Amino acid sequence: MRLPRFLHNWLLRHVQVSLSSLGRLYRAPLASFMTAAVIGIALALPSGLYLLTGNLQRLSTQWDGSANLSLFLHQSVTQQQIDSLQKKLARWPEVDSLQYISPQQALAEFRELSGFGEALDALDENPLPAVIAIKPVRRHADAESAAALLEKLRALPEVELAQLDLLWVKRFSAIVDIVRRSIWVMAALLGLAVLLIIGNTIRLEIQSRREEIEITKLIGATNGFIRRPFLYSGLWYGVAGAILCGILVELAFLQLSGPVRQLAGLYQSGFSLQTLSFGDSLGLLLTGALLGLLGAWLAVGRHLATIEPS
Amino acid sequence: MIRFDNVCKRYPEGRDALQNVSFHLHAGAMAFLTGHSGAGKSTLLKLIALLERPTRGQLFLDGENLSRTPKRRVPYIRRKIGMIFQNHCLLFDRTVFDNVALPLVIAGHRHQDISRRVRAALDKVGLLGKERALPITLSGGEQQRVGIARAVVNKPPLLLADEPTGNLDPDLSRDIMHLFEQFNQVGVSVLIASHDLDLISQLPYAQLRLHQGRLVNEGTHAAA
Repeated sequence: MRLPRFLHNWLLRHVQVSLSSLGRLYRAPLASFMTAAVIGIALALPSGLYLLTGNLQRLSTQWDGSANLSLFLHQSVTQQQIDSLQKKLARWPEVDSLQYISPQQALAEFRELSGFGEALDALDENPLPAVIAIKPVRRHADAESAAALLEKLRALPEVELAQLDLLWVKRFSAIVDIVRRSIWVMAALLGLAVLLIIGNTIRLEIQSRREEIEITKLIGATNGFIRRPFLYSGLWYGVAGAILCGILVELAFLQLSGPVRQLAGLYQSGFSLQTLSFGDSLGLLLTGALLGLLGAWLAVGRHLATIEPS
Repeated sequence: MIRFDNVCKRYPEGRDALQNVSFHLHAGAMAFLTGHSGAGKSTLLKLIALLERPTRGQLFLDGENLSRTPKRRVPYIRRKIGMIFQNHCLLFDRTVFDNVALPLVIAGHRHQDISRRVRAALDKVGLLGKERALPITLSGGEQQRVGIARAVVNKPPLLLADEPTGNLDPDLSRDIMHLFEQFNQVGVSVLIASHDLDLISQLPYAQLRLHQGRLVNEGTHAAA
């Protein structure tokens, strides 16, 4: 299908102007690069942090799935009572599996892991209570239903203390959430900074091409015609800044990925850092382009009107 | 082509640049605008090119009332006028070709079209070999020819020239005037502001003489 003539011309003109704007940036490589680098760094800060907290959030949801409840039983509870309690709990629909840890087992484990073996020998009797570790079914593993289950377990007479191991995961996740929100505030401020950088760069460009603008206005250029190359300059600055930002973030995460994999290995976790996804990169590029266009638009709107031939 | 009806122009600082100026330049006519510097020649040209607006009175270009032209129509009016300046007003970071092509690019012509018409315009002013040159490498006379080529490249019905021979020696000036005559012969209306009275008196065209903002005499043979 052939495009209508006027549309074809319009498109062609835009391609020409955008390329000539790009060429103008290319002919002053150092200045263009520095502007793009400032934009890139300003964008890299929030996007890097956003990515980092995204990874932390992913980590905490991985833990969410393994929420465990620990029941610490009264010292006075007999072995018979413990057996019947286990049978009773195993029938609960919320309970996936449970594991009984006798005081002796707990002591042995503690002796092995803590390094306080000799101190424990000095004690007359085993101070540790019997523990039943409960793994809830997946349906009840989320924070809310796990908390409900916890209340139900607390009400049992044999139980001295019931604890949800999820609690700190919840706190961690809440902190990450707060950090993530504050990143938006930072992103907004740095976005504003990018607007100002691009606006100022375009303003200088307008000043240095003042004579050219006057002459083109004299021979019948519309405001749209004069505005267009500057808008494309802003667009290219934004896009170049976004690309540089992507490179910076990828490099930073490349630096981090080794140590993180090592750390995850220590915890027998297959966790690895996630870097910019395709969608993220696209979003970043779009953000850069929009900020560039907007910054240029503001500068052009303010300064072009004041230039009239005389 | 151009009609002034009792046009007055007073600048904000209170100076009366033009007072009750009335004249009519017919389509296809050629005329000179003369007078001392400060007599109002530049102001009159600026009014036609919509660089200034009249304080009172009305002026028409090609039948359109310029005193009422909205701002967004100004660029389209200017495309009807080929303007030539004493200081040439060329873009010095672009080649001769690009300078001459500018009005066509602005009007959104197609690439092949632009190429053909720019070459034709440069041919007419005798600069066909200089397409790739930068204006700074050309002599004053050649730069003025580039300015003329740019003014005529989109075939405007009117040429306005402000002291086009101001900085040129008599021989070059005559050549430039001859160019204007050639354009006039193919139907373009031409109005030239000049104080080169020696040269003008040798040419058989009407003179509009301004003195302190007033039109002293409209040449009896103004209409054509």
